[in-house]
Amino acid sequence: MAKITFIEHSGREHTVEAELGQTVMEAAVQNSIPGIAAECGGACACATCHVYVQEPWREPTGTPEPMEEDMLDFAFDVRDESRLSCQITVTEELDGLVVKVPEKQF
Amino acid sequence: MSEEPIQTDVVIVGAGPVGLFAVFELGLVDLKCHVVDILPRAGGQCSELYPEKPIYDIPALPTVTGQELTDRLMEQIEPFGAEFHFNERVDQLERLDEGFRLTTDGGIVLDCKVVVIAAGGGSFTPKRPPLPGIEGYEGKSVFYSVKKIEDFRDKDVLIVGGGDSALDWSLNLQPVAKSLTLIHRRDQFRAAPDSVNKMFKLVENGDIKFELGQVTELHGDNGELTGVTVKAPDGNTFEQPANAMLPFFGLTMKLGPVADWGLNLEENLIPVDTEKFETSEPRIFAIGDINSYPGKLKLILSGFHEAALMAQKAHEYIYPDKKLTFQYTTSSTSLQKKLGVK
Repeated sequence: MAKITFIEHSGREHTVEAELGQTVMEAAVQNSIPGIAAECGGACACATCHVYVQEPWREPTGTPEPMEEDMLDFAFDVRDESRLSCQITVTEELDGLVVKVPEKQF
Repeated sequence: MSEEPIQTDVVIVGAGPVGLFAVFELGLVDLKCHVVDILPRAGGQCSELYPEKPIYDIPALPTVTGQELTDRLMEQIEPFGAEFHFNERVDQLERLDEGFRLTTDGGIVLDCKVVVIAAGGGSFTPKRPPLPGIEGYEGKSVFYSVKKIEDFRDKDVLIVGGGDSALDWSLNLQPVAKSLTLIHRRDQFRAAPDSVNKMFKLVENGDIKFELGQVTELHGDNGELTGVTVKAPDGNTFEQPANAMLPFFGLTMKLGPVADWGLNLEENLIPVDTEKFETSEPRIFAIGDINSYPGKLKLILSGFHEAALMAQKAHEYIYPDKKLTFQYTTSSTSLQKKLGVK
């Protein structure tokens, strides 16, 4: 298991236990984190599970693949630390990960 | 543009896998269907969201992609000659004596005795950027599609996005617009490379202005846009004048006009019974992801089951005097005739 903290736009924090191997989006949906819509169910096809990866987690979470980068074009207020949470797999290394949820997913 | 209403037994709203399989089940009980879908092709979410992603829980198909599933269903329902109306959204539903009149946004009128709503997550609609006050500009100076190119003549047009819609409309509107600016968050595009090359040619010639950035604010009065604030990748902001804006950020699913058809709804889903999958209104059924009932699972296979049971009741409405005998496609010569295999 790995702990992941989601910070809502309002500043409210939710720390959840995620299973290794699942995606950060799945952990969010299982724990009903507000602001992660995940409309397409994890197919990297909707950009509604957009998060901002907080430091020092940008390096261990890696950079988006071209498909994810393309899909980020459909997200709003995209920043350097933007990722689609369905494309981040939970590993032991990510225990303690902190991500911010944007104000709106569209 | 509407002519004589089309007459049919059943109208299916939605050409996703469940809507398609409904054609099959209704066809086996001799009901003729017209299918309406807002997308330009069959398959619904399967072809729009995950055409190349494998699905692993279709019985007897250990793995199948969204597109293959759609293609196989189209092949399976071919004998029943359903008619498809793509790029159309059913907007209105009126009650007739024994049935309904449906009207699409494109003016197609369909009279039918039974309606099957297989609309999945709702109709795919363009995403609205969450910019404060954008609603007030929509239809006046902010548009999500181009109806007539002439509407953009002599305008300072701003297009936002990096996909095919953004690029195609940049190229198509540039000749009529007074000025055309394309804004995208990065200098790479999802769009067809050919369109991207053409766009950059026009930028070189000074015919299109391309800016890197993201729109953060709209400015204007009474729905008439005068300009937008753009945040550049370096974090600085600048003002971009425009009196027409076209944001292209893909599609999302919204329940849409179904919400106004007078059916009971629960959290954007349509409650149905689990014997016939009928809504609060007799002769209107809801199957697949759009319905709700105790224990509902949003699985394609559940939608297939719902389609089969719905068809039995639909038959009863349309042929009240004909008794349906339950038959198997494996052994029934009459079913095999309908399928064109006998």
